[in-house]
Amino acid sequence: MTVENINCTINGKTVSLLVDIRQSLADVLRDNGYTGIKESCGVGECGACTVLVDGKAVDACLQLGIWADEREIRTVEGETKKGKLSTVQQAYLDAGAVQCGFCTPGLVMSTTAFVEKHQGQKVSRDKIRKGHAGNLCRCTGYETIVRAVEKCMDIQGDTDKNHQ
Amino acid sequence: MFDVASYHKANSITEAIALLGQYPSSNLIAGGTDILVRLHEGNQDYQHLVDIHNIAELKKIERLQDGTITIGSGATFSEIIDSPVIRETLPVLIEGAESIGGPQVRNAATIGGNICNGAPSADSAAPLLVLNAHAELIGPDTKRLVPVENFYLKPGQVDCKPGEILTCFQIIPADYQNQSAKYIKYAMRDAMDIATIGCAGSCLQENGKITELRLAYTVAGPTPLRCRTTEKAVLGMTVNEALIKKIKHLVLHDLMPRDSWRAGKDFREHIIIVLAERILKEILNIKGSV
Repeated sequence: MTVENINCTINGKTVSLLVDIRQSLADVLRDNGYTGIKESCGVGECGACTVLVDGKAVDACLQLGIWADEREIRTVEGETKKGKLSTVQQAYLDAGAVQCGFCTPGLVMSTTAFVEKHQGQKVSRDKIRKGHAGNLCRCTGYETIVRAVEKCMDIQGDTDKNHQ
Repeated sequence: MFDVASYHKANSITEAIALLGQYPSSNLIAGGTDILVRLHEGNQDYQHLVDIHNIAELKKIERLQDGTITIGSGATFSEIIDSPVIRETLPVLIEGAESIGGPQVRNAATIGGNICNGAPSADSAAPLLVLNAHAELIGPDTKRLVPVENFYLKPGQVDCKPGEILTCFQIIPADYQNQSAKYIKYAMRDAMDIATIGCAGSCLQENGKITELRLAYTVAGPTPLRCRTTEKAVLGMTVNEALIKKIKHLVLHDLMPRDSWRAGKDFREHIIIVLAERILKEILNIKGSV
């Protein structure tokens, strides 16, 4: 079967990978040590494998690995910088939005995309919920997750104010 | 791993058509949100792929000089939602696009795939039908424009001939300018769900009379359907509550909803009538109960 060489950026690092064209992006990432992403449903329902491709949240299980060529991929592993959790990760921790943790890497990436997209905007709870509709969590009941996202938006709002 | 037996990447429309000619048993893959699910489920009909993912010329969303809107078949729903041209000219299509799946699916799924998949429930179908959208199909030696309404043949089957590619949708100014249009999706959940019934309406009125009405439904028949008889029957009628009553009375004659595990026929018929009223009140700007 065809194997192709792709060049992409994963969490800011330029990498060159050999990819079997039958592999999903989820397979490629996990095979290369990015086990933060979880493949659960494999059909784009649960969002546990969510990663950012050029800043947009996608289900890595429904992307061919070779589509990552020339793209910028972000996984949960890259969000913690020099041992410091990202704003989103810290907010999940503070809000108690993590229970079993299996959905968390995907949710953190969905929230990261959501927060970056709605930077400086006032967003309703409904919009937060709709913006996370592609991620299932069977433990939390979502309330703490919504609170974590609200917290991120607040923090961002404050940072925006400080910049003005 | 997906059970892919052959794979060929196209970098342009011309290349894609050539590859389809060379490998006639292949399926096109664009966003992957349908094809890769089928492969994941072990469906062997999709083992041979011609990849049109991310071809720039298939992703263009433009307003041409004469006002015609063209939407590349490879545009994702997020790209459609974020397009200032579409927001300004075809808000009803954005209502359809926003109701699809969740963010991850909208970031990957394409409008061309949504239609070519042939599902009676496609959320972009009802808006495209009331916009009188045409699909442009290019083959090795042919180029034709087909109304999306006629593009649907039966469940899962569209009028895309072997070797052809759906390149874009076109909507002419007369079909969207001054139109008041709206889409409502009724589903069991507010997100990540397939429509039980979807309904889009578009209308023009002059001096209190209806001069044009277009009404389309999804999941109310084997393909997305326009309510042609109803539309004709009310032309020239005064815009008031009696008009809505008449449409509610007529609309089921244009449709063929059925029982499925998602919903019963009688429940679907009820939703069809309720959505007709909600859509019409909104696009005709009528308040109060009918």
